[in-house]
Amino acid sequence: MDYKELNLIGSSSPHIRTKDGTAHIMAEVLIALVPALAFSVYNFGWYVLTVTAVSVVGCCFFEWLYRTLMKKNNTIGDCSAAVTGVLIAFVCPPNIPLWIILIGDFFAIVIVKQLFGGIGKNFLNPALAARAFMLSWASAMSTWVAPGSHLPVFGTVDVVTSATPMAYLHENNLQGLMEVYDLRDMFVGFIGGSLGEVSALLLILGGVWMIFRKIITWYIPVSYIGTVAVLTFLFPRGNDPMTWMLYNVLGGGLILGAFFMATDYVTSPVSHKGQVIFGVGCGLITVFIRYFGSYSEGVCYAILVMNLTVWIIDKNTRPSRFGVVKEPKAPKEAKEPEKKKEAAAK
Amino acid sequence: MNFGKQLKEGLLTENPVLVQLLGMCSTLAITTSISNGLGMGVSVLIILTCSNIVISLLRKIIPDQIRIAAYIVVIAGFVTMVDLLLQAYFQDIAESLGVFIPLIVVNCIILARAESFASKNKVLPSAVDGICQGIGYTLVLLVMSAIRELLGSGSLAGNQIFPAEYGALMMALPVGGFLTLGCLIALMQWAQDKAANKEGK
Repeated sequence: MDYKELNLIGSSSPHIRTKDGTAHIMAEVLIALVPALAFSVYNFGWYVLTVTAVSVVGCCFFEWLYRTLMKKNNTIGDCSAAVTGVLIAFVCPPNIPLWIILIGDFFAIVIVKQLFGGIGKNFLNPALAARAFMLSWASAMSTWVAPGSHLPVFGTVDVVTSATPMAYLHENNLQGLMEVYDLRDMFVGFIGGSLGEVSALLLILGGVWMIFRKIITWYIPVSYIGTVAVLTFLFPRGNDPMTWMLYNVLGGGLILGAFFMATDYVTSPVSHKGQVIFGVGCGLITVFIRYFGSYSEGVCYAILVMNLTVWIIDKNTRPSRFGVVKEPKAPKEAKEPEKKKEAAAK
Repeated sequence: MNFGKQLKEGLLTENPVLVQLLGMCSTLAITTSISNGLGMGVSVLIILTCSNIVISLLRKIIPDQIRIAAYIVVIAGFVTMVDLLLQAYFQDIAESLGVFIPLIVVNCIILARAESFASKNKVLPSAVDGICQGIGYTLVLLVMSAIRELLGSGSLAGNQIFPAEYGALMMALPVGGFLTLGCLIALMQWAQDKAANKEGK
């Protein structure tokens, strides 16, 4: 019998093999992002698609360029650069100039990701770090196109702008916000805002798809959104708690951030306990920035700050080895006489 | 002592900012424009050379126990001179550098060279060391401030290269200082690794 036909590979256990690899996971994430992108095209116009395409091509190009120049193996096939590209487009205003997008791509891929060693070694979420850097061009990054405007494929300079829900919430003007957008608009996404963040419904759909396909776990999104919901419900700043809470959860980049950014494998804790701590931390900082900060939206900085704490969380939530019993802490009273004895002996 | 070796150490292998990581505070704070970088670099160059000479001359007189205090007094004397000279002849630079000129007193490059070099060597090598390390510092400041000025406000030594509204605000803010310094240190490490590999082969 010809053993070669059996495709046996001599290696140590485990022997069960799946086709899951980075490319597979990233492809699933891309699929999960498609509905929100489609809605964004419907809501803002075709220019959205141009921005996303340019961003994806830019990210892949910079990844290829750096790996080629540094004579490293090319990791462009794992699609992670494409996901970063889509996410960068998603966190920008819909009528962002293309050159800003390309600078953001460069920053995310070369500075944040490749200089630290490429995929798996970046300490910040590349897309969010790029957004923080792109705020250099503050006026372009805070021009919010009104929903329902049909931006042509190559964009236009004269657009109708509108305040985002977050601007209303920042001024504590819930009444004004409710007159402009009702809860159904907020949930389905007929609102102004970043390119990909508007449709809470379709983002949740994408997130649930990823949880269902076991790409992400529910711990970070649920603890993140849950923390924001509880905090805004408990401290409604004089508004009706339920309405205030719903507008806060559905507005801004919370859903996008919680499902697609905070759950990035590289920049989130490993253990489930750590992931809950991470999510709660993100939620706390988000609400603090929204309530007390000068920015109206805090998701980007909340996730970036928590990215920096992942190593502490990981260090302190290391799961115990199977079969190893933790030694119970000795009660305090039992210890103190020993100390006294030692002191006496000295 | 050979001048070439000391110059190479000051510029590359023992560069005060990129390798010894000294004097970070002033490096990050003042590298927003080329004129600032040049002013600061030359001031440090002069003070470093002079203090190295004087400390080297006094190295046998200064008691070991109070040597740091003695160095500081010498350095502070030269800093005061440079500060007054700048205010007299280069008022623009003195104003834009502000508190960072008096702060050269506690700049760790100068103290480190006094402690590790001038106090152990004769006058001439100490003077050469001061000049070489000072040139290394000035060069890094010039490169950093050129990058930050160009990317941050689109100008180079005051000449507008591209319209300022295309400049990245972050590069002019402290963030840009950290980013530029980090990238330069990474570049330095990479180049040194590469050189070491070549020698190994």
